[in-house]
Amino acid sequence: MTTAIQRKQHLVAYGFILPFFAVFATMFIAPLAYSGYLSFFANKLVGGVKYVALGNYVRAFQDPAFLFGLGRTALILFIQVPIMLGLALFFALALDSGRARGSKAVRLLIFLPFAVPGVVAVLMWGYIYGQDFGLTGQITRALGLPPTNFLSDQLILFSIMNIVTWAFVGYNMIILYAALKSIPSELHEAAEIDGASQWRLAWSVKIPMIRPAIFLTIIFSVIGSFQIFNEPKLLVEIAPTAITQGFTPNFYAFNVAFVNQDINYAAAIAFLLGFVIMIVSYVVQLSMQKREVRW
Amino acid sequence: MRQGARKAAVAITSIAAVAALALAGCTPSTDPDDDSPGSDSTGGANGPITDAQREEALSTPTDLTFWTWVPDVQDQVDMFEKQYPEINVTVENVGQGLDHYSKVRTASQAGTGGPDVVQLEYQFISSFAQTGELLDLTPYGAADLESQYVPWVWKQVLSNDEVLAIPQDSGPMGNLYREDIMQAAGVTEPPATWADYKTAAEKVRANTSSYISNMAPSQGAGWLGLLWQAGVKPFGYDGGEKVTIDVNSAEAKDVMAYWQDMIQNDLVSIDPDFNDEWYQGLNQGKYAGWLTAAWAPVFLSGAAKDTSGLWRAAPLPQWDTSTPASGNQGGSADAVLKTTKNPIAAYELAKWINNAQEPALLFTTQQSFFPTAISVLEDPVFVDQKSDFYGGQEVNKLFAEISTTVDTDWQWLPFMEFAYSSFNETFGAAVAAKGDLAAGLDAWQDALVDYAEQQGFTVNG
Repeated sequence: MTTAIQRKQHLVAYGFILPFFAVFATMFIAPLAYSGYLSFFANKLVGGVKYVALGNYVRAFQDPAFLFGLGRTALILFIQVPIMLGLALFFALALDSGRARGSKAVRLLIFLPFAVPGVVAVLMWGYIYGQDFGLTGQITRALGLPPTNFLSDQLILFSIMNIVTWAFVGYNMIILYAALKSIPSELHEAAEIDGASQWRLAWSVKIPMIRPAIFLTIIFSVIGSFQIFNEPKLLVEIAPTAITQGFTPNFYAFNVAFVNQDINYAAAIAFLLGFVIMIVSYVVQLSMQKREVRW
Repeated sequence: MRQGARKAAVAITSIAAVAALALAGCTPSTDPDDDSPGSDSTGGANGPITDAQREEALSTPTDLTFWTWVPDVQDQVDMFEKQYPEINVTVENVGQGLDHYSKVRTASQAGTGGPDVVQLEYQFISSFAQTGELLDLTPYGAADLESQYVPWVWKQVLSNDEVLAIPQDSGPMGNLYREDIMQAAGVTEPPATWADYKTAAEKVRANTSSYISNMAPSQGAGWLGLLWQAGVKPFGYDGGEKVTIDVNSAEAKDVMAYWQDMIQNDLVSIDPDFNDEWYQGLNQGKYAGWLTAAWAPVFLSGAAKDTSGLWRAAPLPQWDTSTPASGNQGGSADAVLKTTKNPIAAYELAKWINNAQEPALLFTTQQSFFPTAISVLEDPVFVDQKSDFYGGQEVNKLFAEISTTVDTDWQWLPFMEFAYSSFNETFGAAVAAKGDLAAGLDAWQDALVDYAEQQGFTVNG
């Protein structure tokens, strides 16, 4: 009897998750499997389709465009992510301390860029970065300084890091702020009675308490930096020579598929990128878990 | 390249890109042997179409789809539908530039869901011909149209003796300049030679706060137009497996040595074009001129409204004044895809809107296209038009004369999407860095040869 009921319950449960799995399988698993399949072939403009086994993957490892793209995202990871998360943590702590006036308005303002659509953002930054008639151009001219081209080969990466930071500080701040709000208030009160300063309180009580949330933002940012696509795709209009086909690996996969007409190689790059993200995320997670055990 | 102006910034999330990538791949791989023109379903394989067949096709109720980015083309299509009431045409704008081309390719490879008639820039015709996506229009009577078109334009729609598209507009190049700034600089006549142009550029720099023109580093089509003028032949394609790539020839390097000198002496600016900064530069007189195509005069009168009446048009400066020459930048044609089920009606649509006098003339007055049909180029409605933006100058007449000086033997590579994108990374980057343009051409040559070999072409064989 019980097994019959259990079986029925199981069936109903499967019925409930079936719609999700149907969509998941057709919209996610099937295309993924198909791209995996495609990545083992080469389709040349002359000569047609040929099975090449791991040829596309070998080619990617020797492709300077792909490797430089990976290098660029690594730079973003090591320079931009710490700055962005540092700022997000600072703002979250400042808002949480309750000392800042108008904290609700400030919270909204910092979060707002995350809600600005990419196309609008790039129009805005295009104006800000403009070296003749843009904002920075007008400021440098008013100060009598030589104009700086923020969209040149040398500076474009930092200009993009700046935009990414601007867009995602608020998002990360909200995650950290929510975690801070869930810390039991007895803990701060006890620390304050013990005479701890706000800095001490943040360093010794709040940050350790929200460590899981910080790890979460780190993982999100690691994945996010490898997947940067919008910024180069949009800025290429105003910085056409500085942003190359392989500026970031994701942008490269797009260009290889739709500019170079090489869907198979693009599929291989997409898969490789997926593996790189998995490995890096795993390494980050592993190093965090070690620390967590100590704590 | 006019598409630069039209390219809308499109946000595509990485997820969408991966999904699109998978979708684009969701088609059975096509047979490598796609070269055979006119598959049996098109009816073109069995010799020319007879008048009876044409009559029948045009009087049978038929639905056609037409993918184009041309604004207000619906007006020409309405005329066509009035002429042939049984044919119903749906005009769809599926995007501009790369978006348009990748959708056409995807639909064409899938075999369904694609348009019957499609807009193609001349420079991309051989790219689509190479992948066997365009219907040979010769059996439908297209070859008879040859004498009605400017010869160099007609060559642009040919590949392997097949007519692959019906020309719509073109862009022979000239020199648009601000008369007021030139006069302030002490330049009284438009420069006749490139040497004069440099002298004028020096005067403009010395006496005004402007540059004589802006040479956008990423304007591949414009730079190629200047090579075209100089008689350089960087590309060749035999319609099959052989390509000729010679972008770093001595002649090309001579032309670019001139520009390297101009750029390194700060005589021309090198801002990217078709963005806000550039529009501001045109309106506020940062640029005293623009070496551009015949579609630009009207485009400019919209883009730089504040400067109306101050502009004039002249031919490009010449390398050799005894043999005036020009190049072409931009322009497009209408082609029929092989996947169409109604090839005769589709051909008639592509032909009629561009070839019948009434719609063709409307393209020049309404869309401000520069015509390709000789009858339109000679039509008084077009030629005698005076433009207030150019101080009452008969700009169309000037460009109609320039059009006859364009070299006829220019060819494109069958992979121009890649060629332009690698142009930006190699030559364009050298311009932006005010560096060695000859080295930029060498780097472009290497990138093109690598890609061509990777794709299985025989290069310079």
